[in-house]
Amino acid sequence: LQDETSILDLNNAYLMKYVADIISTVEFNYSGELLATGDKGGRVVIFQREQESKNRLLSRGEYNVYSTFQSHEPEFDYLKSLEIEEKINKIRWLPQQNAAHFLLSANDKTIKLWKISERDKRAEGYNLKDEDGRLRDPFRITTLRVPVLMPMDLMVEASPRRIFANAHTYHINSISVNSDYETYISADDLRINLWHLEITDRSFNIVDIKPANMEELTEVITAAECHPHQCNVFVYSSSKGTIRLCDMRAAALCDRHSKFFEEPEDPSSRSFFSEIISSISDVKFSHSGRYMMTRDYLSVKVWDLNMENRPVETYQVHEYLRSKLCSLYENDCIFDKFECCWNGSDSAIMTGSYNNFFRMFDRNTRRDITLEASRENSKPRAMLKPRKVCTGGKRKKDEISVDSLDFNKKILHTAWHPKENVIAVAATNNLYIFQDKIN
Amino acid sequence: MFSKGTKRKFSDGDEEISDESLVGARVASSYSLQRQSLLDMSLIKLQLCHMLVEPNLCRSVLIANTVRQIQEEMTHDGSWHMVAEAFCSAGQSPSERLVATEVLCRSREQDAEPKLFSVISYEGCREEEVVADETLCSVSVSDTVSNVCLAGRIGQCWEKSELSGVERDEEALEDSRLGSGEDEEIDTKDRASTESPKTIGQVFGTFEIKNGSPGPDSALEELFSDVDTSYYDLDTMLTGMQSAPKMGPYDILDSLAPSHSSPSIVSTPNCRSDLNELDHIMEIIVGS
Repeated sequence: LQDETSILDLNNAYLMKYVADIISTVEFNYSGELLATGDKGGRVVIFQREQESKNRLLSRGEYNVYSTFQSHEPEFDYLKSLEIEEKINKIRWLPQQNAAHFLLSANDKTIKLWKISERDKRAEGYNLKDEDGRLRDPFRITTLRVPVLMPMDLMVEASPRRIFANAHTYHINSISVNSDYETYISADDLRINLWHLEITDRSFNIVDIKPANMEELTEVITAAECHPHQCNVFVYSSSKGTIRLCDMRAAALCDRHSKFFEEPEDPSSRSFFSEIISSISDVKFSHSGRYMMTRDYLSVKVWDLNMENRPVETYQVHEYLRSKLCSLYENDCIFDKFECCWNGSDSAIMTGSYNNFFRMFDRNTRRDITLEASRENSKPRAMLKPRKVCTGGKRKKDEISVDSLDFNKKILHTAWHPKENVIAVAATNNLYIFQDKIN
Repeated sequence: MFSKGTKRKFSDGDEEISDESLVGARVASSYSLQRQSLLDMSLIKLQLCHMLVEPNLCRSVLIANTVRQIQEEMTHDGSWHMVAEAFCSAGQSPSERLVATEVLCRSREQDAEPKLFSVISYEGCREEEVVADETLCSVSVSDTVSNVCLAGRIGQCWEKSELSGVERDEEALEDSRLGSGEDEEIDTKDRASTESPKTIGQVFGTFEIKNGSPGPDSALEELFSDVDTSYYDLDTMLTGMQSAPKMGPYDILDSLAPSHSSPSIVSTPNCRSDLNELDHIMEIIVGS
């Protein structure tokens, strides 16, 4: 049994300063050994955890850069006279099946399957060519030899193995690998497509909410995910705060949902912004597959898949913003899409906020904590200090008032190691990795 | 949210106006003001976001829904009706009335293609200002109000994405089928604009203008209704222009020929102005 407090007490801060473009996605692989980030410039940077050093018994392995490559380039759509941004919207790892690692990366229109492989040996002693690569004169070859593998400096190569293009009219917001490890889904604002990893020239459209008459469009798809165990089940969320669970066995086109999740609106808190703040920005299944979590503008909700009419748990992320909705609408912050994530055991959840704050909630103890990802407040190996926002009245020491919050410093992307208490937090163009010292 | 106003309490001293009713009235008017400013802000956001090259669809939908909500509430309040009356009395023609926000999602067929055709139109009776718009695929036509050309982008933007890749042909068919149906729908959903006719008129105006004169365009529409958009690939690749029509310069002259078959004095001025217009058009298309 885990110590109650250990989940939220991150005692170790490893600051990785990653100077590049704005980070747009963060994702651990299945083992947690690798951490991938995608940025606005179309680059992917993969960090690898170092093996634990025998000398430093108390510290865990650090994450260092393993591979960097340009995944997507800006494209120009001549027909519409539009530039297609190279920004990576999502990265999803495939489970490891051999020595190489595979991941899917997606921008607005195209998904690519990348193979990341190591090369640490080189063959020497070829018969037909020299070590320099020059061809040897065949007449001079008097004996045959078998080339020998010699060690060389580690080289990590990334190569695109599949390119899945031309299937999305609207902007891709999600990709999710299916538990069969053969297929995956990609979702844009109005449609969801099902792909086979081996086949790039076609995909199946499984959800289409585009109205026949575009004038009737009032709702879009905001996120989608495959169930972690049931390869026929997936969910997608909408801008109206609803989640639909679909079963691919039911029909080829899953326009009709199997389950419909929506919390009835509280009439006393209704305002012109109600719909906007109910729009779901992220949906994630728990590792167990029994629950799912949704993030809307002000809260995180945990749903039991067996109960459609309301969530089983609701956590307020920054309720103090409710009275500021008009200003947040004016400066467009109300449209920010925050992500959320589970820890490995599904006992805790994490999501980001403004002012480089991020929040973690312990589902068992109902404790919550606010931490800040900033260089000033995170010395390496120092304990993170909890932060508090003062909502009114007298501001206590160390508290920060709502009006002093920096709305340009937003933490939209966070990731939790699948097995350990290690978290990755993207604050604009800086990546912070925090981990727990306690074993 | 806000109370609309409380009934005046009966008091012996009639001169005393109840504080509560004053406060209530103030609160009500401040609510209306806030609501109005929210509406204005939303409309500006919609206009701005439709000026971007490819707007964020989710954001646009959410803002449009907000605008709709405000309109609905104002209609229930009766404040919409009052504003509409005020607007009508200002002498706005029916064709410039505010159309429902559904028009935001107007199909591509009514925006992109007819606009191209009216440019080429040689009827000459409509005074049209041809505006080459670099952010849009097509050359947009604006009527007397020059700002109105902005409005055309709203429906277009949501539909621009229709033109790409896999589903292009299918949707072109779909849209052309729905074309006539949509005209009727929009007319029945007419609503007067609010106190800020400039922004809203700009936003929705163009659609009415197109509907207002079906005559000259319909023949051309029929002519070009089966335009194959695949020609864009080669043309646009070569010239970098998106509005290259299927007709080349010689085709335009050919089509003019029938109207100028008799070299009479009557037709000559017509011919001249048409050719001037043509030159202008060709300049834009060729991109000189």
